[in-house]
Amino acid sequence: MIPYPFTYHRPNSLAEAEALLARLPDAKLLAGGHSLIPAMKLRLASPAALIDISRIADLSFIRRAGDTISIGAAVRHFEVADSEMVHKAIAALASLVEEIGDPAVRHMGTVGGSVANNDPAADYPAAVLALGATIRTNQRSISADDFFTGMFSTALEDTEILTAVDFPIPKRAGYVKFANPASRYAMVGVFVAETAGGVRVAITGAAPCVFRSSEMETALAQSFAPDAVASIAIRPEGMNSDIHGSAEYRAHLVTVLAKRAVAVALRSSGGPHG
Amino acid sequence: MTGVRLTVNGSTHEADVEDRTLLVHFIRENLRLTGTHIGCDTSQCGACVVLLDGRAVKSCTMFAAQASGSEIVTIEGVAKDGQLHPVQEAFREHHGLQCGFCTPGMILTAIDMIRRKPQLDRQTIREELEGNLCRCTGYHNIVNAIEAAARTMAEAA
Ligand SMILES: Cc1cc2nc3c(=O)[nH]c(=O)nc-3n(C[C@H](O)[C@H](O)[C@H](O)COP(=O)(O)OP(=O)(O)OC[C@H]3O[C@@H](n4cnc5c(N)ncnc54)[C@H](O)[C@@H]3O)c2cc1C
Ligand code: FES
Ligand code: FES
Repeated sequence: MIPYPFTYHRPNSLAEAEALLARLPDAKLLAGGHSLIPAMKLRLASPAALIDISRIADLSFIRRAGDTISIGAAVRHFEVADSEMVHKAIAALASLVEEIGDPAVRHMGTVGGSVANNDPAADYPAAVLALGATIRTNQRSISADDFFTGMFSTALEDTEILTAVDFPIPKRAGYVKFANPASRYAMVGVFVAETAGGVRVAITGAAPCVFRSSEMETALAQSFAPDAVASIAIRPEGMNSDIHGSAEYRAHLVTVLAKRAVAVALRSSGGPHG
Repeated sequence: MTGVRLTVNGSTHEADVEDRTLLVHFIRENLRLTGTHIGCDTSQCGACVVLLDGRAVKSCTMFAAQASGSEIVTIEGVAKDGQLHPVQEAFREHHGLQCGFCTPGMILTAIDMIRRKPQLDRQTIREELEGNLCRCTGYHNIVNAIEAAARTMAEAA
């Protein structure tokens, strides 16, 4: 399990990283490496150069400005899970991160890598979409609704570096996933949030790409209670079907987990004043 | 080739390695510290866990170059002056191993776990062992060992 050869680069600043990315052919950014390196070991990915951005200080911060929590791209999962600021402001985000993989994975994996990778079964995309986050890059800002474009694909250009994600603090929010017992990735995960812009429901794991359920959002806007979504059946067409579960099974899980996520949101004390 | 500088179990090593050298291969093949094992190709088994600047990481899912500048502890660096570490002692006492293949990773994961959460209950221990697979013990005695080690270490502190 040895990857194809490549050259390793460790820039000290975002500017250096940008210059390397522009100069080196077929280069890829390396953050925590916990999606990219397994793929390289299986020889499913073979970049000619890796640009390690994980130690760039400017990409490593968690701060609050008004009603937004901003997390730098190179912040590792354990740092978010350990952040009292995140726990207080968006408890659902902290608990989502606590359940990613295992402790060793959380010591390496980053928010930037997770969001840029857009694995269909990853957890972070559900939070980004449900909270209506803004993705900051070295070139522009992208709203969550425009960011996730398909399986493992995003609006990022090849030369673009995700620098931070700004999460608006919701009134209340809850995330529940049914973890695949072997991998811990989401078989299905549902993130429900009551935000300044209304109720948003994002679903990961179920389909090739994270998506919102407008039917559930409308129902919850009328009544923010588990029963409001209990009778909403998600159609299995287009859902993932594999050895772990059929499309019908995943569609069923969406409704079950949405109910539970609303219950979690109702119990949570997190919020702008929480 | 890339130059790496790593402190492993207290001694500093400098070497030129192929950029694609995984940390686990550097530890096993360059340093000949073969207590760090490789049990899978999917980053899931935890047989390769070492401490990187004090934190448990999977050395099969990291390049040696990424770790350059850091301090690493492997299973060979855990006992001090011929004295087993309390976690090693507890694994011995509680029969926390059978074939021993998973044990180095289990012990380093346990040391990291006890550092972060000195007040461990059994459910937490099981959750924290999510990334470490054991094919022999059924985990029961591993949980017993970690629980006992956490208690011993809390009493000694
Ligand atoms: C055993 C195991 C279990 C896991 N379980 C889960 C789980 O339960 N839930 C979950 O969500 N994830 C899980 N993961 C994935 C983990 O969270 C990854 O760390 C994460 O998805 C990728 O983050 P990274 O920092 O490791 O990125 P990398 O692997 O370093 O990069 C991933 C991709 O993103 C690109 N990239 C990285 N940073 C940037 C940036 N700043 N700008 C633009 N592009 C960038 C890279 O070029 C690469 O293409 C698991 C991984 C493992 C190995
Ligand atoms: S060898 Fe590293 S996780 Fe299995
Ligand atoms: S003791 Fe054999 S794998 Fe754990």
